[in-house]
Amino acid sequence: MTSETTTSQRADSGEEIRQLQRVVIRFAGDSGDGMQLTGDRFTSEAAAFGNDLATLPNFPAEIRAPQGTLPGVSSFQLHFADFDILTPGDRPDVLVAMNPAALKANITDLPAGGILIVNTDEFTKRNLGKVGYDDNPLDGDDVASFQVHEVAMAQLTRGALEETGLSKKEAERAKNMFALGLLSWMYHRPTDGTERALNEKFAKRPELAEANILAFRAGWNYGETTEAFAVSYEVAPAKLEQGTYRQITGNAALAYGIVAAGQRSGLPVFLGSYPITPASDVLHELSQHKGFDVTSFQAEDEIAGVGAALGASFGGALGVTTTSGPGLGLKAETIGLGVALELPLLVVDVQRGGPSTGLPTKTEQTDLLQAMFGRNGESPVPVIAPQSPGDAFGTALDAARIALTYRTPVLLLSDGSIANGSEPWLVPDVTDLPDLSVEFTREPNAPDGSGDFWPYLRDAETLARPWAVPGTAGLEHRIGGLEKADGTGNISYDPDNHDKMVRLRQGKIDGIPVPDVVVDDPSGHADVLVIGWGSTYGPIGAACRRVRNAGRDVAAVHLRHLNPLPANLGDVLGRYRAVVCPEMNLGQLAMLLRARYLVDMMSYTKVAGLPFKAEELADVLTNVLADMPADTVKSNTGNGVQA
Amino acid sequence: MTTAAEQREGTVGLGLADVPTTDDPQKAKDFTSDQEVRWCPGCGDYAVLAAVRGFLPDLGLRRENIVFVSGIGCSSRFPYYLDTYGMHSIHGRAPAIATGLATSRPDLSVWVVTGDGDALSIGGNHLIHALRRNVNLTILLFNNRIYGLTKGQYSPTSEVGKVTKSTPMGSVDHPFNPVSVALGAEATFVARALDSDRRSLTEVLRAAAEHRGTSLVEIFQDCPIFNDGTFDVLRKGDDAESRLIPVTHGEPIRFGPADEDGAGSYAVVRDGFGLAVAKTDDVAERDIVVHDATDHALAFVLSRLSDQDLNHTVTGVFRSVSRPTYDDAVRAQVDQARNDKPGDLQALLRGKDTWTV
Ligand code: SF4
Repeated sequence: MTSETTTSQRADSGEEIRQLQRVVIRFAGDSGDGMQLTGDRFTSEAAAFGNDLATLPNFPAEIRAPQGTLPGVSSFQLHFADFDILTPGDRPDVLVAMNPAALKANITDLPAGGILIVNTDEFTKRNLGKVGYDDNPLDGDDVASFQVHEVAMAQLTRGALEETGLSKKEAERAKNMFALGLLSWMYHRPTDGTERALNEKFAKRPELAEANILAFRAGWNYGETTEAFAVSYEVAPAKLEQGTYRQITGNAALAYGIVAAGQRSGLPVFLGSYPITPASDVLHELSQHKGFDVTSFQAEDEIAGVGAALGASFGGALGVTTTSGPGLGLKAETIGLGVALELPLLVVDVQRGGPSTGLPTKTEQTDLLQAMFGRNGESPVPVIAPQSPGDAFGTALDAARIALTYRTPVLLLSDGSIANGSEPWLVPDVTDLPDLSVEFTREPNAPDGSGDFWPYLRDAETLARPWAVPGTAGLEHRIGGLEKADGTGNISYDPDNHDKMVRLRQGKIDGIPVPDVVVDDPSGHADVLVIGWGSTYGPIGAACRRVRNAGRDVAAVHLRHLNPLPANLGDVLGRYRAVVCPEMNLGQLAMLLRARYLVDMMSYTKVAGLPFKAEELADVLTNVLADMPADTVKSNTGNGVQA
Repeated sequence: MTTAAEQREGTVGLGLADVPTTDDPQKAKDFTSDQEVRWCPGCGDYAVLAAVRGFLPDLGLRRENIVFVSGIGCSSRFPYYLDTYGMHSIHGRAPAIATGLATSRPDLSVWVVTGDGDALSIGGNHLIHALRRNVNLTILLFNNRIYGLTKGQYSPTSEVGKVTKSTPMGSVDHPFNPVSVALGAEATFVARALDSDRRSLTEVLRAAAEHRGTSLVEIFQDCPIFNDGTFDVLRKGDDAESRLIPVTHGEPIRFGPADEDGAGSYAVVRDGFGLAVAKTDDVAERDIVVHDATDHALAFVLSRLSDQDLNHTVTGVFRSVSRPTYDDAVRAQVDQARNDKPGDLQALLRGKDTWTV
């Protein structure tokens, strides 16, 4: 997996340094061990160093599962490289296990020859017993195929903190920073950022800041002085597109996109939301940006969240609601009202494992059909999905643009892996962001010259109705969920009018222009097309690279717009001898595409709560290619890079 | 820090303080939309509509700054018949929708029109949370103790034993007392009126509109089609007068046929932790309860005088106190943040840790 190129010698110790192109590290420990913080810090170090990176936090739904047990294991996987990577990595090259439970839960993912770093202090008889180990696995064959480093992290941390006067228990809590320090030494990471971050985090408790920094330095020094670690590794900065980068999670990027939509439209943002995993961080983030005229309303329930957002939209704000699958079900009736009222509304669903409460902290793509059809009546809404954490920013802006232009609820489907995953993000220049400004209607518009206002007189091009907000004299009007007469908007039970209105609402959504899909087919000779949407972008792209490196051709398209679909998609699908559609559901996009285009495809599905592995999808594609008649196979030469 | 008393003083009567007014004379006709009113003949909703149309001109507000939001039910057609802005929304959700509107638009006078099923059954959660938050809204709860629009099922305010299409052997569940519910939900303004009593209804509506915060007005409303005559004992017959107990802040609670002194021959007196009704002649004057609309406990025990059998029905303003409103507080935070730290989008997007390639 890890491709090594050259070696050199370390200036500080004279020890060997190996140059690597990419590394996958997984920190695993108890939920209380601070693994997410450790992973986050290492990510920031990698980002500051200029590597490309992708992360996969994985944590239990329980806030504090019983200590030392398998359900309590929390992990953070980080992939960093000197080239552009697409996924957090299939398997770790390095596993840091802070206790026996973390070892047991993760060891099967570590390939032979991988580096295993364990905190031996937690390997007591009692802790081993908690996870069903009769004997210490470190003594047996279980770990024989790995490069094992046994480190008494708790003891060493305690020793380093002796002078601080902290209790034994408090001192030991800094052992995650010891691990971070050791790994930072091994991979030549810059350390200033971490020390600065710790000082900031514990600004109110300087003694804890000091303790964590001491533990962090102790870990670094341990690597440097112990002969056990003879080799360290370097991963050079990646050659990314020029510009200023930062690291960003999907939920943060989404929240920033919403803030930017408010700024670029000149409208106040009103977020109505109810806490739900994994969407709550969007609520938290937006609550911090009141300075951008963002109002966040933590509602009594999901229904009130979307209701208040729609009420604010009626008043001329950009109404936004954020939720996850179970909450989307509750909001359905109000979204339907938004379809009938034809008001802008941005609905964000950060998908998670279902059905019902399902797997709150895990990822799935199982709400596509709910987003498309989960309302009574014919109630079409545009559906749009980001493909990566950073892409959530632009997707949110795009969703807001569609909502404002076409006066419609828009469904944005993120998911757990995008929400909590992070990657380097090319910081956009705000002057390049699209202008989303809207004109409220201020004058009567009745075509009969009566001087009346017709709230359902549509724009000829967009089919959008006028948006006249309360406070505008002369345009007083009433709208509601009952069917309305075309034009005047008065209540109408006329059969022909209803048929017309159903078709007008559908036509408005169907007519929204979305960009054509661009096929990624480097050789131009592929017979097999792989199509995906949302967070499978990374694993699909990485799988395609592997297949191409092995000398086979494969084409890929990835959909941002799920409704309406790009105009050229039918043509593109028809051009290939086989189409493969991998999804983290039981084939929802495949169902839509087959019905729409009468094109068959292989629906490859997995609903495990975790992203696809690149290796797994590469195998799927390889098998499909192997089944192709021989004359269709073309060769190319790979660039040697796998991701 | 201002004291509770100062805060109370500070916002009394300011419910409409931020809503633009007009000097143009207005009439009921100006608030009448061109839509034909479609309630059943004799429906109590007509009387309430007439009262609202008649009283809105007195507020002197700009018509375009008034919004009526309703849920679903017979009474929820209300917005269509008023020439203001309006939204006929979905069942039970009007308080939530109105919360978003009122919070983002302080320049609007926002009204919610709802019924006993809409507000207390499917929308109970939104109602209690609007009241607790004290959003600047006026809620008119039309209580006819029946589901009218769905053709006559019992409602959460129907008396036990109600025989309807869905309860042929009589309903068995205990009803809500809407005033008690509202008071329990920390409402700052709670009142009750009878649809047919135009004068008292108008008085209560005005006080409710001028209250800053959520005002709830329960209106006893006749549904002659599915629950004919439910409130008749309060309207006609010899003892109607001795059943209705109108209360006024600061005045002794006396009701019923007038005594020689011109006030009612019945009075409300304290009875343990509760209240009781007595003949005025039988009690000392100092034992007669003087209504205090700022006394939460008194308001609650007054609400408990009203049984479902309507033997004693208190009307008027039960409670009127001032408490900071949710929407004012939220806007104050946004204003403060915009003032102290106006948003710089480019700085937000850059964040603290960047690197350049
Ligand atoms: S059913 Fe009853 S409440 Fe409804 S309109 Fe008719 S009379 Fe009024």
